[in-house]
Amino acid sequence: MTLRATIAAEMQTVAAQQTKTLAPLTDDLVLLDCGLDSLCFAILVARLEDEFGFDPFSTEDDVYFPTTFGDFVAFYERAPQPA
Amino acid sequence: MNAPLSPHKLCLSSRIALSGCEGRWLSDGASEVGLCDAISQTRLGGLRDSLAGLNLLIRTQDQLSAALLLIELDGAAKRLIVAPPDLDEAHLPFVIEDGAVDAMVGDLPPPASLGVRHVPLCPSQPRVRSSFAPRRSEWVMFTSGTTGRPKMVAHTLAALTGAIKPGPADEAPIWGTFYDIRRYGGLQMLLRALIGGGSMILSRPEERVGAFLTRLGEKGVTHLSGTPSHWRKALMSPDLHAVSPRYVRLSGEIADQAVLDNLKAAFPDAPVGHAYASTEAGVGFEVNDGLEGFPAAYLTRVGEVRMKVEDGTLRLCSGRTASGYVGAAADLQDADGFIDSGDLIEQRGDRCYFMGRASGVINVGGLKINPEEVEAVINRHPAVRMALVKGRKSPITGAIVVAEVVADGGDDSLKREILDRCRAALPPFKVPTAIKFVEALAVTPGGKLERRVA
Repeated sequence: MTLRATIAAEMQTVAAQQTKTLAPLTDDLVLLDCGLDSLCFAILVARLEDEFGFDPFSTEDDVYFPTTFGDFVAFYERAPQPA
Repeated sequence: MNAPLSPHKLCLSSRIALSGCEGRWLSDGASEVGLCDAISQTRLGGLRDSLAGLNLLIRTQDQLSAALLLIELDGAAKRLIVAPPDLDEAHLPFVIEDGAVDAMVGDLPPPASLGVRHVPLCPSQPRVRSSFAPRRSEWVMFTSGTTGRPKMVAHTLAALTGAIKPGPADEAPIWGTFYDIRRYGGLQMLLRALIGGGSMILSRPEERVGAFLTRLGEKGVTHLSGTPSHWRKALMSPDLHAVSPRYVRLSGEIADQAVLDNLKAAFPDAPVGHAYASTEAGVGFEVNDGLEGFPAAYLTRVGEVRMKVEDGTLRLCSGRTASGYVGAAADLQDADGFIDSGDLIEQRGDRCYFMGRASGVINVGGLKINPEEVEAVINRHPAVRMALVKGRKSPITGAIVVAEVVADGGDDSLKREILDRCRAALPPFKVPTAIKFVEALAVTPGGKLERRVA
């Protein structure tokens, strides 16, 4: 599965668990409008860390807070993957 | 020449008047109230004098009404208890008993079964001259993170405003806050605006962060404050560019370097400061060098606030600390007059860093969770032998709740059953985000679960 597909699947899982309705995931979808709240994002980032073995929010020197789904995926894609 | 007035002895209305009420306002988008009106009008329909000298519980739907009642009743009431927005109605009997409440004021009437007097809100009308002598009201705030009987902390207006220094007279600040002013952090910002010559923009329940940012921008916010979690959310909003504050402030949670750096990048011209305060210890200090943690030199500073670290936790002593708990026997201060904040400190070189709570209390985006409360729910499942609930560090909300469980068996269906019970009994932020089945949990020699801070 690609990184993008994994992120999308995890977002679906978190949305289902937290009984939220997830908007269709397009690159320019604003994350704050996607249907997930802060708690959902916190859970998502933790699940992705377990899945990928890294959390770019905590390991990157140059952390930024992504605005859109496309930014979010790119932030993970750009992060150095653990060996 | 007259002797200088001592503003600390005056009531809130007088202090607003002293700083000049003209052209200043409180706004929540739905309504806007001028401060000259706020100090000269009443929303109590002629009943204000009858509340003088009483213990009052202020409980309202919106922040603006609460702010106006606090302005109107400080100096009249004996005790002003500020109900936070999420005060559980089931706890009202304890609040009324512990706080010796004579009347509840606001647009949220108490259940008739409580038999407590209720004073509803009326349309504004001019106040008549009061028939009572002004008194120094006691202010009571709730601590967060307690289970069961809510814990109330008493302050004086002087202690609450002790950290507020007059700003430059020519630039009236327009404060905005992501906090609710019915909690300690938000009340600090309200008081700063009211006695510091400013105006204030309040948020509304259920208002989305983008809409609030847009409104803040339209009203020309100059000073903006929130928790690191509030700010992370704002940083993710495309509407962040709607605001250009002159001062950015964080408090209420540990501010990490990432959020500080991102705010600095978003607002290059604004100083970004993080403040340390708690309901019990009051405002401790502010850090303005852009770095997380605080200089170790603060621990030996002589000034209005003295600090020390004992048993790993930060303790503070100042004139801004609370006067005591209401209705409880527990002492707030140690023998030397210091209050234990319960915040674990680690010193590395010449800097001190916050390492979480000694009690294991988990802070999820400013909302506090007692692990014992969640463990109790998990332990009620017949297959569960033991549970440990703790925080997992999160770059989004500071922490999230996770659980380790010792159980008979340990498959996905048991996990689902436990989570279903938690969801039925607890608000979403307290529900474990992950459950891990373990063979055993460490127990201290004293027989308690070992709570190591992550």
